[in-house]
Amino acid sequence: MQTNIFGKTASLIISFLVFEIIPVTARANPSDFSFHSGKTPVWIALLFTLLLLFIAIILKQRITGVRNIYKKRKLEQQGHLLRKYTLSLNSRQIEKLIQYRQKNKNYVNSNKVTALLFFIFTIGLSLISYNDASAQDAVKTANNSLLGEAGIWITVVLLLIPITAGVVLIFVKVTNILNQQKNNYLTEEAEALAAHLRSLPEEEAEALLKKRKAALDYQLTHKELSGSQQADDEKGLLQIHDGTELPIVALKKKALQRPNVDPALSRLILWYLGCATFWLLFGTTVGEYVGIKFVAPDADHLSWLSFGRLRPVHTNAVFWGWASLGMLGLGYYVVPRVSNTKLASMKKGWCALILINAAVLLGSICLMAGINNGGGEYREYIWPVMLLFGMGLLLTLENFIKTIATRTTKEIYISNWYIVSAIMFALVITIVAYVPYWQNGLGETIIQGYYMHQGVGMWFMLFTLGFVYYILPQQLNKPIYSYSLGILAFWTQILFYTTIGTHHFVFSSIPWWLQTVAIVGSAGMAIPVLAGTTNFLMTFKGGWYKVKDSYTLPFFLVGIIFYFTGSMQGTAEAFRSTNLMWHFTDFTTAHSHLTMYGIICFFIWAGVYAIVPRLTGREAPQIAVGMHFWLALIGLLFYTVPLMYGSTLKGLMWMEGKPFIESVVLMAPYWLWRAIGGSLMWLSHLVFAYNMYKMIANREVVDVQETAIQKLEENTAAIQPIA
Amino acid sequence: MELFDNHRKLFGTAALFFIVLTTLVAIMPAINNQEKNASLPDAVPLSEDAIKGKALFVSNGCVGCHTQQVRNVDMDKVWGARPSLAADYADIHRTDFWRNTATLMGTERTGPDLTDIGTRQPGKEWHLVHLFNPRTVVKESIMPAYPWLFTIKKEPSKSDIIVNVPAEYLDGQEGKVVATKDAMYLVAYLQSLKQVKLPDGETSPGFLYKREEKKTGDNGPGAMPDGQALFAANCQSCHQANGEGLQGAFPPLKGSAVVMGDNLEMYVDIIMNGYDARAEFGTMPAVGTNAGFTELDVAALINYERSSWGNEGKKVSPDEVKKIMDFLKLKVTK
Repeated sequence: MQTNIFGKTASLIISFLVFEIIPVTARANPSDFSFHSGKTPVWIALLFTLLLLFIAIILKQRITGVRNIYKKRKLEQQGHLLRKYTLSLNSRQIEKLIQYRQKNKNYVNSNKVTALLFFIFTIGLSLISYNDASAQDAVKTANNSLLGEAGIWITVVLLLIPITAGVVLIFVKVTNILNQQKNNYLTEEAEALAAHLRSLPEEEAEALLKKRKAALDYQLTHKELSGSQQADDEKGLLQIHDGTELPIVALKKKALQRPNVDPALSRLILWYLGCATFWLLFGTTVGEYVGIKFVAPDADHLSWLSFGRLRPVHTNAVFWGWASLGMLGLGYYVVPRVSNTKLASMKKGWCALILINAAVLLGSICLMAGINNGGGEYREYIWPVMLLFGMGLLLTLENFIKTIATRTTKEIYISNWYIVSAIMFALVITIVAYVPYWQNGLGETIIQGYYMHQGVGMWFMLFTLGFVYYILPQQLNKPIYSYSLGILAFWTQILFYTTIGTHHFVFSSIPWWLQTVAIVGSAGMAIPVLAGTTNFLMTFKGGWYKVKDSYTLPFFLVGIIFYFTGSMQGTAEAFRSTNLMWHFTDFTTAHSHLTMYGIICFFIWAGVYAIVPRLTGREAPQIAVGMHFWLALIGLLFYTVPLMYGSTLKGLMWMEGKPFIESVVLMAPYWLWRAIGGSLMWLSHLVFAYNMYKMIANREVVDVQETAIQKLEENTAAIQPIA
Repeated sequence: MELFDNHRKLFGTAALFFIVLTTLVAIMPAINNQEKNASLPDAVPLSEDAIKGKALFVSNGCVGCHTQQVRNVDMDKVWGARPSLAADYADIHRTDFWRNTATLMGTERTGPDLTDIGTRQPGKEWHLVHLFNPRTVVKESIMPAYPWLFTIKKEPSKSDIIVNVPAEYLDGQEGKVVATKDAMYLVAYLQSLKQVKLPDGETSPGFLYKREEKKTGDNGPGAMPDGQALFAANCQSCHQANGEGLQGAFPPLKGSAVVMGDNLEMYVDIIMNGYDARAEFGTMPAVGTNAGFTELDVAALINYERSSWGNEGKKVSPDEVKKIMDFLKLKVTK
């Protein structure tokens, strides 16, 4: 019966939502609800009906409850019920009962119920006020034809206020009466029970009650499993923390100690990651400022800091400075490790680091000074600057291939496929993008589409996947789920990704067939993305419990989720129909942050938190890692979600042919949200930089145990030097 | 497998695969495109000033917010009379030894498309004021200001080009705002951005995804367009939302003799074909012709202007306007 009512209510609400709200959102403007619209009375009437329905349901439930008690009392055998009550007494009650029975005194007290009169009175009152309400409802219905008038519905609202108050009052009164009534029944029952307990025959009482009490009082000794012997950790399996204070954040496992990495290689990797962190701070400070300029365009009037010049400074610094150096740093760890050999040349590693840093530094200065290659995105550095970067990549490529050539394993681990290919492809796209022979007229645009997307997909994505294929299984302490899926993803990524560049120029004057190829390729990207996502998630299978104990796995998990959603969003954006709505809007900006930040940055951070403690033996404070994670994630969502929503409205507005400036006005609140989200992301980078400092900086704190052992060793060494 | 265990073969195959695909989808189409296309016969090469202006456009990163491509979709009609063609970009070559080709097609429209800005907004006065601080003329704009393209002089010489900037945008500096050469170069470039007419007999490709006409239900074809929206899209950046214009640059419409007067023919003529009769103000472009106004649009616009900002003028009907427009067309063709 009740479910029936709930069902009806639910279907009512759902049908209301379908017919009222959906068309509003489908119209794409922000909901056109207004207190002046003719729909308001409908809304109010509906809300009122819902309130009445809600109150009716609750009252019905209460009444049913009371009736059940009454029925129970009538129908069930009194004795049976009392016996049931007796058996469900708890230990303390039984003890008191036994004590009482020993004193064995009888007296009866009864209490008469006098609430009936009051009850009838109140019901009568309620009925009167309810009649009132009906009368006023009638007035409302009579006015129905006039509902378009503002004055009428104000009156209706004013009338509804006392009616609603009355209804609520009835509800409270009736509930109180019902409660009283219920308590009266229960008190009577308690008295009957007391009488029953007093009148129990002696032997039965002893047998029943004492046995019951013994059963209730039974407790385990807590030594059933452990036995009585003293615990002793003979195999050194236990790690006991004697900190007893309440932890502020969940305690995660410490990084495992590993055989020492060559200190020279450690230093190189740490320098790569340290420089990357610097460029992250620099690039996102610029990005944050650029985001603020959407809200406050007159923040400054300096040419070097104007929006058009700073925007490429931001994108290029985080691309070639932060993400590239971060990935390469992790690559220098992964490539020799999975080849089970030493890095071929430390010197080349340092040269590459210097060249890439020089490129980003010079490039940023050039852009701010207004020296710009021609406006193609991520191709803003002029060729002499990009040449430095390319030389850095070339050195790294040679270094990595030579390292792999001297590997001591037979097979080449999949990570190295991805990493080496990423560097080769990055070199190819840079050459294609900077060689002038095919750049006249629309040739430039075709190359631009190819270059900007291969930069993202073939350099950042491929390299990142490479180190994830090593570090993720390592952090989960289990092998990658499927090697073949990794191989499938590798070749299909090359096949499909290479073709999709021109989807940035759908409906432009580049050949229609080329646009179609790009769209088909974008759809094909579902294959490598699904293969990769499946592979990573299946690697997690059986190890999900490790996520809550680890501070690196959450970063991996976010990266995987965005790898799937961000990449598939890219496919969705490529279709012609969605291009109409989203192309040229801030949706692209939101998408590039979801992917470059959600995938690439989160994976790099996961790798950094996994690798750096192995190199230095020092970990970042867990609370700071947690802060970094949550600020970055929440910031990213604040950044992207409002921007996607706003830009969808903007696109629809353009399609409707509204004046352009209206779309600028429309975006203002979403740009503000973007600035807020961006600020959170930026804060998280400050925390990350602090964490890097904590992991790298050599803090002179004497480790008592370690120093003691060293002292002992020194003594031994003095006697017998180690060769 | 041998392929997978031999690093030379593995990486060689991957590189070859990528390079072949790159050649097929990027290099060959690019070369094909640059050889197959030539610029249109009516295309005018950039003047020397405009070339310098384009360099400024590039170095200040304007392409980050302004596209220069009219896509072949209906919603892009507002930016040009026809979709952009490969031929429109065919004559753009490498900028110089240091810099690549700049077709400046762009990927983001935070600001309006500029393919045809030279037709839409030919007057230098508007561009100069707008560049000094866009909010002078478009209150809601978030475009950066470019004050470094201007100098402020207490006593400008006769040859100086003075920009009438309201005092509130001068940050308390005193004197006249004078456009530097750079500002003039940039304006020259913007003025040069015009869609080239197709040669006679060539038909332009159509716009796709036509917008469905809204079912207004009443009056059928006689339903009037929204005059206020037309004003916002086409007139507001000069004459301002409050109809007061900008002193020394754009005349007010509030209480204007043209708007309120009886000479409807002149009024329609100005809307359709522009106006340059008063030296103290900038040149008005042929707004109506550029935007392809119908008599319904013009009538809606006139009625909006005649009933706003305290103006109380006589309403006109599309039929009246149509007669005048037909007459004006005849005049033009003669």
